[in-house]
Amino acid sequence: MRVTVTVNGEERIADDVWEGESLLYVLRERLGLPGAKNACEQGECGSCTVYLDGVPVCACLVAAGQAESRTVVTVEGLASDEGLHPVQQAFVECGAVQCGFCTPGLIVQTHALLAASEGVPSDLEIREALAGNLCRCTGYEKILDAVRQAAGRADG
Amino acid sequence: MDFLRPLTWAEALEMKAERPDATPIQGGTDVMVEINLDKGRPTALLDLAAVAELAEWTRDNGTVRLGAGVSYTRLIAELAGDLPGLAQASRTVGSPQIRNRGTVAGNLGAASPAGDSHPPLLATGAEVEAESVRGSRMIAITDFYRGVKRNALEPDELIRAVRIPVATGPQYFSKIGTRNAMVIAVSSFAIAFDGRRVGTGIGSAAPTPRRAPEAEAFLESALDWSGPLDADVARRFGELVRDAAAPIDDVRGTRDYRLHSLAVMARRTLTWAWEDHLRCA
Repeated sequence: MRVTVTVNGEERIADDVWEGESLLYVLRERLGLPGAKNACEQGECGSCTVYLDGVPVCACLVAAGQAESRTVVTVEGLASDEGLHPVQQAFVECGAVQCGFCTPGLIVQTHALLAASEGVPSDLEIREALAGNLCRCTGYEKILDAVRQAAGRADG
Repeated sequence: MDFLRPLTWAEALEMKAERPDATPIQGGTDVMVEINLDKGRPTALLDLAAVAELAEWTRDNGTVRLGAGVSYTRLIAELAGDLPGLAQASRTVGSPQIRNRGTVAGNLGAASPAGDSHPPLLATGAEVEAESVRGSRMIAITDFYRGVKRNALEPDELIRAVRIPVATGPQYFSKIGTRNAMVIAVSSFAIAFDGRRVGTGIGSAAPTPRRAPEAEAFLESALDWSGPLDADVARRFGELVRDAAAPIDDVRGTRDYRLHSLAVMARRTLTWAWEDHLRCA
């Protein structure tokens, strides 16, 4: 089947999509957007987190046909011509990236947390917001540093 | 595989009548896992996400009619006051990303004994509004669960909504797992007071979610409703809840641990509910 979806502000068409295929597969394998990562395929790890109509979701759990005529923003859509998004910059500066596989999902989920927060979120709020994003390298401390730093910037 | 995409509820019912083999999909948090991991391949997917009517809830005559498409995130944000037990259970579902997509109706459709919605639905005496082109019917929650991952829906029926009484007294939910987030219950329990009636729900400790009727009857007769909670009454309540369960050993926990944890959760949730009861009395 054909799926037409707006991705990062641009209307994209994917053809020959299998009906049981996930949005994640369409993004990575058909639309050339490998930012969202394919790890667990069951919503456990959060590394495929993207925005669907402004709401962060696991792209592996969205059937491709469910994205028809809807709007998706992936990690590739967060940076601008001026450079990295402040959340991405904070991850770089704080050393919140080791192997990097979980990073795109954490970036999108952090972006969503800060967009919904008034002021700097508490550590408890950060931990709750990121509870569905697994990282096997960092021990999370540097990631929490990055979120706090990005939140501080957004505030200032 | 076919992909069916109704835009209205009437269209969805017609498609389900024509294709009773089609698997309904809303948030996809169960259905897509099955497909991704090749545990089962539906002959057709019936995508209900574009049916706008399902994404609404209403309150009428002391009952919330929760549309089948209302996500856990919205339930928590909009209905925690009316449905505190179900909201508590909803907060323990998966992660923010999963709660943004998952629904109570999806939990009912999957009918896993471990689903987090089931104990509070049982404790509050909810009803499932099932509909087909033949008409609509209400299914009492105690009649809905028919076996492991089996429910009372006919092949041409879809879940339109879940009807849950607005809370009139304290409600609590408790769940055992290896961490706070992303956990399928090892065991779970819900309690709800409605005046001097007590409702219970047991999760992940029998082939289906179930109530503990003897524990409910015991509490209703043993509580004096005015003073402090008698420790013997609380302990006996826990034992009767435990005795109502029929768990197995599996990858998430043993039968013995499930029985023990149920007795503890029943006693604890009763204690919390009793504190609220005394505070409000």
